[in-house]
Amino acid sequence: MSSNVPADLRYTKDHEWARREGDVVVVGITSHAVEQLGDITLVTLPDAGTKVTAGERFGDVDSVKAVSELYAPLSGEIVEKNGELDANPERVNDDPYTAGWMIKIRPANAADFDALLDAAAYEKLV
Amino acid sequence: MSETLAHTPLHDAHVELGAKMVAFGGWHMPIQYSAGILAEHRAVREKCGIFDVSHMGEIDFRGPGAIACVQKLVTNDIGKLTDGRAAYTVTCHEHGGIVDDCIVYRFGPEYLRIVVNAANIAKDFAHFRRYGEGADCTIEDVSPQWALIAVQGPTAVALVAGLAGAALGDVPSFGFGSGQIRGVDIVAARTGYTGEDGFELFVPAADAVTVWRALLEAGAPPIGLGARDTLRLEARLSLYGNDIDDTTDPISAGLGWVVKLDKGIACIGHDALAAVKLNGPTRKLVGFRVLDRSVVRDGADILGDDDAVVGRVSSGGVAPTVGGSVGMAWVPTAMAKTGAPLRVSQRGRVIAAEQVAGPFYRRAK
Repeated sequence: MSSNVPADLRYTKDHEWARREGDVVVVGITSHAVEQLGDITLVTLPDAGTKVTAGERFGDVDSVKAVSELYAPLSGEIVEKNGELDANPERVNDDPYTAGWMIKIRPANAADFDALLDAAAYEKLV
Repeated sequence: MSETLAHTPLHDAHVELGAKMVAFGGWHMPIQYSAGILAEHRAVREKCGIFDVSHMGEIDFRGPGAIACVQKLVTNDIGKLTDGRAAYTVTCHEHGGIVDDCIVYRFGPEYLRIVVNAANIAKDFAHFRRYGEGADCTIEDVSPQWALIAVQGPTAVALVAGLAGAALGDVPSFGFGSGQIRGVDIVAARTGYTGEDGFELFVPAADAVTVWRALLEAGAPPIGLGARDTLRLEARLSLYGNDIDDTTDPISAGLGWVVKLDKGIACIGHDALAAVKLNGPTRKLVGFRVLDRSVVRDGADILGDDDAVVGRVSSGGVAPTVGGSVGMAWVPTAMAKTGAPLRVSQRGRVIAAEQVAGPFYRRAK
């Protein structure tokens, strides 16, 4: 598989990516995850204001094949979800690292971001 | 992993095409090709596509007692078949549970073939041998000799007739005839598992790649098992192992139309099936569509009025052509009613669904 693993992102072993933007962290799923899932038909995300806990489920991705759980890379509060995915879930397939972003988290502890896997460590997993 | 899995004669052709290969019932099969499940599904609904279903089994009955033997094994009345005609049926245990669902083909008065599900070949063959003992015919598993290629979709009949012989265009639904593709003798049966018109082609295993390539070159894209499942689910065709199995009888499963109890020969399971018919099923297989945007999957629970689990989703998923999510579920008979609501519990959430009669998708005639 020719998975694309951008060097400037952080990752989880569950194939989420995280990008720091000011004091929030943008979260999505990696191109490797997308390849495994196939055509995505529904992304179920919690609303802004929802608290999430690192390593725990915050939503689901339904593909034609199966449903997969989404896990929070770090603890905090969701400040925004990507409402565009409601009508256009295929954006996750087409562009998982930009248009296909899922949620923005205000981390409870900003330093948690640095504890996530870097691109080299994630690449070893996939 | 793939070392222990069986390969169809087209295995290497799938790998060459870049298919995503998975383990499926002991076989190493393509779940999708590069187009992806949705595009493959659409291709079959709009034009046509080809499927490798060579993993399915063929069991041949030959001899003066072939018809009597098969009549005893299957619930449908295959005594009415003429040469070149086929019938969908099930085979049952004595307790009425379904051994398999299958198609019986009459090649001649002393030659019938039963095509069975891949995962059930050994079970079916043993069942047929056990209950066919003493019949005046041979029973032979000829599965390894045959590849089976399904060509399905609105343009499938024209494509096959163009390649294999114009006369095949006149073969009726559930009929079959012979033809030739690139010098290979094939048998084309007007059957399928997609809700579309089309053929399933019996091809000698050694010539499978030749015929597969000819179909690809004629413009039919390859379709994997992923789209095969979404297509059959929209057409509300039962999947053995999901919707029906050894513990479900055909009448409760909505397959009462293939159960002919007064055909002159009592089939295996006759008395048990007669009792279900007399007393009525205690549970039924119903179809449903989901009312919100959730996707209901196999294994989800059906809730009763008091939130107790009273049933189970046997097949569920995305319905690309009709939209949303559809499925089939086993529910108590008292709950089974077209138009009535169903509450599905899945992953801690209750999802509203509505019971639907008949196929979710029907092709334009």
